[in-house]
Amino acid sequence: MTQIAERPRFLNLMKIRLPLPGVLSILHRISGVLMVLAIPFLIYLLDLSLRDAAGFAAAAGVLDMLLIKLGLAVIVWGLFHHLFAGIRYLLLDMDIGVEKQQARASSWIVFGVSIVVTLIVLGVIW
Amino acid sequence: MSRKLSGLRAWYVQRLSAAYITFYVLIAVISMLFNGTPTTYKSWATVWSSPLVSTMTLLFFTALLIHAWIGIRDVILDYVHPFGARLVVLSLFAVMLITSGLWVARVLFNAIN
Repeated sequence: MTQIAERPRFLNLMKIRLPLPGVLSILHRISGVLMVLAIPFLIYLLDLSLRDAAGFAAAAGVLDMLLIKLGLAVIVWGLFHHLFAGIRYLLLDMDIGVEKQQARASSWIVFGVSIVVTLIVLGVIW
Repeated sequence: MSRKLSGLRAWYVQRLSAAYITFYVLIAVISMLFNGTPTTYKSWATVWSSPLVSTMTLLFFTALLIHAWIGIRDVILDYVHPFGARLVVLSLFAVMLITSGLWVARVLFNAIN
């Protein structure tokens, strides 16, 4: 038991250089938490927009605020990052792309595709 | 409750719900690309008066809230260790998610009429 207590600890987060798939992984987690926190706000907007014409205009007004726009952009990016990273994890579960180089390449693809799709969707919304 | 949504079953439910969420998002994005975003209350209300849309959306939120619960629970269990704090944080999210589910069900039901 005392042996376990003396095990070395290297937990200086600034000194850990995360490889790309690691960055992808932590962003999968962060984007997930952000989206969970956004759920009540999005339901509130849906509720407001469906009440009546005034509510619809009010919801549109909220979505037009700069800070809300920024938040929405983060959530939309989070959604597609989470989604494409999730598909990558499904493939990894099936032993597809497990090799280091393939895992790095697929991480780059997830980053690229999610940013492109986010820009397209934001382009349609705005 | 925890026994039903843990281990291999949680793993499986997380992937099944992810599949439906992906399907719903795909449909939403495609319909947005073709129809654009609604600009008037009337066209917006018409979209949500469709039983197909509300049924698919209700199913979407069911999948989403289960997916969110399994995900946030894993995150909390990883980072919040003291038993009391764990209980408080888990309960807060459970209440938030259940309230969200009831709320959106009411919104969708009202939109049909």
